[in-house]
Amino acid sequence: MTWTNPLTLLRHGWTRHWNPDRPVRTVVSNLPFEDLKKREQPNRRYEGNAIRTNKYRLWSFIPMNLFEQFHRMANIYFVGLAILNFVPVVNAFQPEVALIPICIILALTAVKDGWEDFRRYQTDQQLNNTPCFIFSRKQMCFVERRWKDVRVGDFVRVLSNEIIPADILLLHTSDPNGVCHMETANLDGETSLKQRKVVPGFSSLVRVLPITKYLERPDKRRTGFGIDSLLLRGCMVRNTDDAAGIVVYAGHETKSMLNNSGPRYKRSKIERKMNTDVLFCVVLLFFMCLIGALGHAIWLETFSSMPSYIVPDSNGNYTPSVLAGFYMFFTMIILLQVMIPVSLYVSIELVKMGQIFFITQDVELYDEELDRRVQCRALNITEDLGQIQYVFSDKTGTLTENKMVFRRCSVMGTEYCHEENAARLAVISGANEEEEVTIYQQTKLPPLFPLEELQDVHTGDKNHANTQVTAASRRRSKVAAEAQSDMAFSSPLETVVVPDRKLILEVDRQMASIQTGPYLDFFLALAICNTVLVSSVTAQRQRVRVNVADLAGAERVGDVLRALTHSTKTCGLGKVFTSMKFFKRGGETLADPFSIDEDESDGFHSSDVSDAAGQKVISSERKVKSGLSGSEEVCYEAHSPDEAALIHAAKAYGFTMMERTPHYVTVKLPDEALLKFEVLDILTFDSTRRRMSIIVRHPHTKEIIMYTKGADSAIMERLGNVFSGDKIKCVEQWCGWKAVCFSLKVISEQEFRAWSAVRQEALSAIEEKEERLMETANFIESSFTLLGATGIEDRLQESVPETIQALRRAGMQVWVLTGDKPETAINIAYSCKLLEHEDLVFTFSTSRKVLQCQLTNASVPEQSLISFTGPLMEPSIGLVIDGPTLSMAMSDELVELFVELCKHCRAVLCCRVTPLQKSAVVKLIRQKLRVMTLAVGDGANDVNMIQAADVGIGVSGQEGMQAVMASDFAITRFKHLQRLLLVHGHWCYSRLANMVIYFFYKNVAYVNLLFWYQFFCGFSATAMIDYWLMIFFNLFFTSAPPIMFGIMEKEVSDSTLLSLPELYKRGQHSEGYRRSTFWIAILDAFYQSLVCFFIPYWTYNGSDIGIFAFGTPMNTVSLFTIILHLAIEIKSWVSLYTPLHHCTITPVLVYFIVTLAYSAICISCNPPSDPYWIMHKQMADPMFYLVCILTTVVALLPSYYNKFILCVCIYIYIYIYIYIYIYMTLEHKSSLKSLGYICSNSQKYIVWVKIIDFSFMPKIIRILSKDHVP
Amino acid sequence: MMASSYNAKDEDGHHPGSVGSGGPGAVKSKKPDNTAFKQQRLPAWQPILTAGTVLPAFFMIGLIFIPIGIGLLVTSNNIKEFEVRAVAIATSYCVIRALCSYTAPRTKDFSNVFMYYGLSNFYQNHRRYVKSRDDSQLNGDKSSLLNPSKECEPYRTSDKKSIAPCGAIANSLFNDTLELFYIHPNGSRIAIHLVKTGIAWWTDKHVKFRNPGENNNNLSIVFQDTSKPVNWRKPVYELDPSDPDNNGFINEDFIVWMRTAALPTFRKLYRIIQKKKDNMTPTLPPGNYSLEVIYNYPVRSFDGRKRMILSTISWMGGKNPFLGIAYITVGSVCFFLGVVLLIIHHKYGNRNNNADIPN
Repeated sequence: MTWTNPLTLLRHGWTRHWNPDRPVRTVVSNLPFEDLKKREQPNRRYEGNAIRTNKYRLWSFIPMNLFEQFHRMANIYFVGLAILNFVPVVNAFQPEVALIPICIILALTAVKDGWEDFRRYQTDQQLNNTPCFIFSRKQMCFVERRWKDVRVGDFVRVLSNEIIPADILLLHTSDPNGVCHMETANLDGETSLKQRKVVPGFSSLVRVLPITKYLERPDKRRTGFGIDSLLLRGCMVRNTDDAAGIVVYAGHETKSMLNNSGPRYKRSKIERKMNTDVLFCVVLLFFMCLIGALGHAIWLETFSSMPSYIVPDSNGNYTPSVLAGFYMFFTMIILLQVMIPVSLYVSIELVKMGQIFFITQDVELYDEELDRRVQCRALNITEDLGQIQYVFSDKTGTLTENKMVFRRCSVMGTEYCHEENAARLAVISGANEEEEVTIYQQTKLPPLFPLEELQDVHTGDKNHANTQVTAASRRRSKVAAEAQSDMAFSSPLETVVVPDRKLILEVDRQMASIQTGPYLDFFLALAICNTVLVSSVTAQRQRVRVNVADLAGAERVGDVLRALTHSTKTCGLGKVFTSMKFFKRGGETLADPFSIDEDESDGFHSSDVSDAAGQKVISSERKVKSGLSGSEEVCYEAHSPDEAALIHAAKAYGFTMMERTPHYVTVKLPDEALLKFEVLDILTFDSTRRRMSIIVRHPHTKEIIMYTKGADSAIMERLGNVFSGDKIKCVEQWCGWKAVCFSLKVISEQEFRAWSAVRQEALSAIEEKEERLMETANFIESSFTLLGATGIEDRLQESVPETIQALRRAGMQVWVLTGDKPETAINIAYSCKLLEHEDLVFTFSTSRKVLQCQLTNASVPEQSLISFTGPLMEPSIGLVIDGPTLSMAMSDELVELFVELCKHCRAVLCCRVTPLQKSAVVKLIRQKLRVMTLAVGDGANDVNMIQAADVGIGVSGQEGMQAVMASDFAITRFKHLQRLLLVHGHWCYSRLANMVIYFFYKNVAYVNLLFWYQFFCGFSATAMIDYWLMIFFNLFFTSAPPIMFGIMEKEVSDSTLLSLPELYKRGQHSEGYRRSTFWIAILDAFYQSLVCFFIPYWTYNGSDIGIFAFGTPMNTVSLFTIILHLAIEIKSWVSLYTPLHHCTITPVLVYFIVTLAYSAICISCNPPSDPYWIMHKQMADPMFYLVCILTTVVALLPSYYNKFILCVCIYIYIYIYIYIYIYMTLEHKSSLKSLGYICSNSQKYIVWVKIIDFSFMPKIIRILSKDHVP
Repeated sequence: MMASSYNAKDEDGHHPGSVGSGGPGAVKSKKPDNTAFKQQRLPAWQPILTAGTVLPAFFMIGLIFIPIGIGLLVTSNNIKEFEVRAVAIATSYCVIRALCSYTAPRTKDFSNVFMYYGLSNFYQNHRRYVKSRDDSQLNGDKSSLLNPSKECEPYRTSDKKSIAPCGAIANSLFNDTLELFYIHPNGSRIAIHLVKTGIAWWTDKHVKFRNPGENNNNLSIVFQDTSKPVNWRKPVYELDPSDPDNNGFINEDFIVWMRTAALPTFRKLYRIIQKKKDNMTPTLPPGNYSLEVIYNYPVRSFDGRKRMILSTISWMGGKNPFLGIAYITVGSVCFFLGVVLLIIHHKYGNRNNNADIPN
C-alpha cells in the first residue's frame, strides 16, 4: 500500500497543470544553470532526490494521524459518544471526563504510528545523507555531495560497488566497450549482473573529449532510450570502475521507489469474526439501553406527583416521561459504552506486534546460510497461520533446492549417464542430512509410478547398492561435516562435474579428427547458448572473503576425506567401488530411482573422489585439472541456476567460456584453442516460448549458426527432422529431472539478413513491440537440428517429506502446483511423500471432453471407498492433473464436480500450470470450499498465487525476491513452514482467540454491573462507581494482563505441538473462537456480573451505605474476578520474573494503591462523584473483605469447576475422537495398550488414544521419542 | 569457487524490506539472540486441573467458609435491632407537628444504641439528584458560595441570591424530628438523651465539609448574601443554633443526608443513645417507650415509608443474616461438590492411574 498524503496529491495536481503528463520526459542539464536561483532552474518541476517515506511531518502529525484514525468505525463511535455526552439532556458523566478514554486510545495509537513513522524517517535520513559525486561546473570536477542534493539534470558519477543514488542515464563508463554492470539485488533480489550500455553515440565521444566539455552542453534529450542505458536507484555498480550519467528520475519518481510497496494489510479471519461479534455487542447494548429507556419512562409514570428527588430542569419543569425515556436511551449508551470493546482494536494491534516480535526472534526459523530470519511482512494476520486448511506449494525452489545439478546428457541419441558424477553426488550426499532422512531412504520402497515402467530386474540390487553407498557416505560425511561446518556449501555440488569417460573419449576423438561434429556443437551450445556473464576479479571484491573460506573449506574436506579413505580402504572404498560398478549397469537401464531422493549435500573435491575410487582415467584427469585451473580464473554470474549447471558441465568437458561482451563470446576449447564467436543476436528466454537462442558467426567457417536451448517440449515441437524415436523416449524417461534440449540451426546469409531487417523493425516498433518481437523469434526458431539433451536434477530441500507429513497430520491438504511436466512433478511428489506408494492415483491429462466422464467415474469408486474404509481411515487418493485439463476442469460445468473430487483427494498435483492458473486454483478452492488457504512459493511465477491466498508465504530462494515482496511472511526453507504453522500459528491463534474472547467477557462483565444497578436507581443511568475509577479500571488495571496473555501465553509447548501436529486441527476448525465460545463467554460475564452485583447488594441492602461506598466493593470484586478469571485461563504460569506473571498480580496492588490515593486526595475534585475517604472507610471494615472473598469465589466457582470438568471431559470424550497416528513398531503399541491408552487399533497403525490422566502428553511423547532415537 | 554467486549474495549485506536502504559494510549477523525470553523458553509452571489439585480446593473452600458463615450468622443474630414501621404515619398522614407515639418493646443491651431513620422508595441515587450538589461550596469555598455550580440547577438561586447549600440533595433534607421517651412504670415519661454528634464520618465533618469564613463565628453574616433552600424552613446557619460546631455546613444531620444512599430503601444514622457509664444498667432498660415524631417530611408523593430503627452494632455493622447464610451455603455446596467429585474420581479415575510407563 503506497500511502500518499493529501498534500502531495495537491502538489501533484498543481504540477500537472504546469507539466502535462506527457509520456516524454525532457531533461535539461543543470550545468549551465548552476548559478541561477532555484526557481529559475529548468528542471525545477521534477522531484528532488531526497526521499520521504514517513507519512507525517512534525507539524502535521496530529491532524493527519487523527484524520487517519477516524477512518476506523470504532473510533468514530467513541467520538460520537463523547460528543453525545456534551448534550446536556442526555449526558451521563462530566462531558470533559468522557473524552478521556477516546483520547487515550487515540494517543496510544498515535504514539505507535509516530514511532513507526520515526523509524522510517531515520532510514530516510540515513539514505538521504549517503555521499555521492555530483559534477560541479565551478570546480570543474566531481564533488562530494549527499544523495538528497542530487537533482534531475545533474551529472553523477558512481564508482564500483557503490549504490546508485537515482535513476541515471548512462553516458560514460570506464569500460572500453561502453558497458556497465549493475547488481539489482536490492531491487528484486536477483544477484546476477545486469548489463547496461552507454547511450549510443556517447561511448565514442567520451573517450575523445574531456569529460567536462561534453557534459556542459545543454543536453535536451528524451529518455526514450529504454531500460538498456538506465542505471536504477538502489542497485550496485559492479565490475565497472566508474560510470557517469545524467539523472533523469530522482527521489520518489525512481523505479525502486515506485516499486516499493509497504507492508500488506489484510484482515484476518478472527478479526472478521470479531467484527460480527462486535455487532452482537451492539445489539446487546441496544437492548440494554432500550430496557433502560422503557424502564425509566415506566418508572416515571408511577408517580402521581413529582417527589423531591426528581430534579426538574432549570426552569422548574419536569420532562414528560416518554421524552425522558427517549433521552435516557442515549444516556444509557454513554453509560454502557464500554460494552463495545474499543480498546480491543488497539490491544489486538499491540498483541500482534508482540507476536511478530516473537516469531521473528525464533532462532529455529533463522537461516545461518543466508543470515536471514523469518520476515513478517503482513502485520496483522499472524493468527491466520494457525487456521490453514489448504496449502498450495510451488515445486521448484520451494520443495526443491532449485540448485541444479547436472546429471546426464544424451548426444546424438546416445545416453551418457555420468556414473562417476552420480557417484560423487552419492558420496557427498548425506553430509548435511539428518539421521532420519537417511533412515527413511533406506526403508524407502522403489517408486511405483503407474505411467512409467521403471521397475526392472535390477531394482533390488540397485537399492541394495545404494543403501550401502549412503551408509558409507554418511559415516564419512559425519567426520567431514565437522571440518566444514562453517563453509558455504553447495557450490562444488553445482559446479564440479565429473565427466563421463565415454563421452570424453568421444569428444576427444572428434576434437582430434575433424574439429567439428555434433559433440563439439553440443558442448559449444552448452557453453555459449546462455546469458551467463563472466565476471572479473574486481566484481568479486567483496566476495573474496567468502571465496577464500570456500576454497579452504573444500581443501580441508578433501584432506579429511583422503585420510579417511586411506584408513578405511577395505570397507569404504569397496562400497564406492561396488556402486560404480552398479552404475555402469544402471547406465544401460533407466534412471536409478534412488538418486532422485538425495537431499541437500555438501561439496567434496571431485578429483578426490575419483582418486579414491581408483577410477581415474588419464584423459579425464587432464580435463578435470584444466577445469579446475580454469575455475580459479573465471567466475560466472548466471541468471538461473540451470544455466550455471550447464555452463559448468561444459567447462568440465573443456569448453570454457572465457569472455562475453555484447558482441563477442570467447570459448576455450579442450585443446586450449580460443574460439571467438561474433554474436549477431540473442533471443532471450521467456516463459511463453520456453527457449532461448543465440545467433553467432563461427570464426572459422563464417557460418551463421543459431544455437537454441529450451525445455524438451519447446524444442521437440519445432524440430526440422526427427532423428530417432529413441532420443525422445530417452528424454521422456528422465522423469525426475529437468530436461534441457539443445539444437542447432545453420542460417544462410540472406535468410539472416532478411530476418534481421524484420527484427530491427520490430525492435524499434513502439506499438505491440512485444508481440512483434515474439513473432520474429518464433519465425527464426524453427526446423532445428537436435543436438542433444541434458538432464538436470533439482534436489529436494532438507526435511521436505517430514514437513509435508506433519502438515498432513495437522489436517492440512497439501497441493503442489508446478509448471513442470507431470513426470517430473510426480516423481518429486513421491519423493517428498506427497503421494504414497499405496495411494490410488488418478491422473488426468486429456485434451478431450471425456474429462467429464472421468470426473464422474472417479468420484464413484472413491465414494464407495470412503464408505468401505469408514471415517477412520482417510482415503488415500491422489490426483494428478495438468494445466490444459485443469482449465477444462475449472470450466463452469465441471467446476463443482472437480471441487467435490478434490475434497476427497489426499493430495493434488497440478502440472504444467501457468501463474494465472495457480492463482485461479487457489481462488477456486478458497471460494468454493470456504477454507483458509496458504500459498508458498519462491519465484515470480508464484506471485499471483501468493497474493490470491489468505496467507502468502515467500521462500527467499534462488529466483529473486518477487515472491518475498508479494508475500505476507518470508521464510528461507520449506521446512520452516512446519514450525511457523504448527507452533507459531497455533500459538498466535489460540493466544489471540483467547484474548479476544476475554476482552468481550471483561467488558460485558464490568458493564453489566452498572446495568443491574439501573434497576435500583429508577433507570436513571447512575453509576455507583466513580467515573475516574471506571476509566482506570479499563485502562490500567485490566488492560495489560490480556495483552501480555495474548503475547506470551503458551497453551501447549512447542515440542508437543511439533510432535503432535493433530493439535493444529483446533485452529482449523476455529475451535478457539467460535460463536458458541463467544456466547458462553457472554453468559459467563452475565453470571459473574450478577454475582458481583447481588452479593454486595443483599449484604448492604437496607443499610446506611452510600452510593460510592456501595460501588467500591463491586469494583474491587469485579477486578478480582476478572483477573482471576484470566488466571484460570492462563495455562502456563511463566516464572515469577516475567511480565505475564506480574500483569496478573500487580493490577490488584496497583488498584488498591491508586484507589486509596485517589480517594484520599480527591475531596471535591471531581464534582458529581464523591470518592473522598470511601476506600479507606471500606478497607477498615471487615465486611468488605468478607464480601470480596465470597463474591469472588461464587463468581469464579462455575468457570473453575467447568474448566476442571472440561479438562476431564476433553480427554474422556473429545480426545477419543482425535486419533494419533503413531508410526511405530508393535512393541510400542502394546506398551501403550498395556497402559490403557489404546482402546482399539486398526491395521494402519492408527492408534486410538483414550486419556483420562492429564500427564498423558509427556508420557506418549516419551514413548514416541524412544522410537525416534535408535 | 565460481558458483559462489548463488550463496554469497547475502554476505554483502542484503537488506530485506526497505529497498535501497543502508549502505555497504553493514555486515552483522541477524541471528536472533538465543535467550530464554526471546525463544519463549522461560521456565513455566503449568497448573493442570486434575482431581488431585481440584478436590482439595473444594474441600478447603468448604472447610473455611462454613465456620465463617456460622460466625457471621451468630454475630448477626446477637445484634439487637428494633424497627418501628411508620405505616400509620404515612396512612394517617400526620399533619405538621403532629405527635405520633408508639409503644416500644423492651430492648436490653449494654452498648451504644444507634437510632436510625429509614426511608423506602426514596431514590437518593437518581442520577440528576446525585449530581445536584456543589462540593466546593460545601467545602467552604467563598466563590462557590456566591456562585454555585451549574449542577445545582434548578436549586441554584432563588430570589437572585445563591442558595446555600445549593442543589436538590440539600433541598430535600430530611427534617422530621424524632424523640424517644421511656415510659416509666409509674406513668411518667422520661426523655432519653439522644446524642446528635458523632453520627457523620470524621473526615466528612472535619475535611470535606467546612463552613465558609472559618474564623467568623457569626454564621449569619457569612451566609448573609445567600438564600435558604426552597424547601427549608430555616437557613443553614440555624440548623443547630445551640452548638456552633454542629451548625451550618458541618451540621451532622446535614452531612449524613448529603452522603447519598445507594439504594432506594435506606436508613440513615440519626442519633446515638450512649451506654450508661456504670456499665451495669442497660442502655435502654426494658420497658415501654414512646416515639414522638414531629412530622415534616412528605413521603406520599413517591409512596414512601418512614421507619425508625434502634440497633446495636457489632464489628460487622448492622444486623444482616445474608452474608452468614451465603457463606454457609457456598461452603456446603463446595464441600458437596468435592465429595461428589471424590466419588467419581475414586470410581472411574482410579483404573488409569495405577499403571506407570516402564522406562
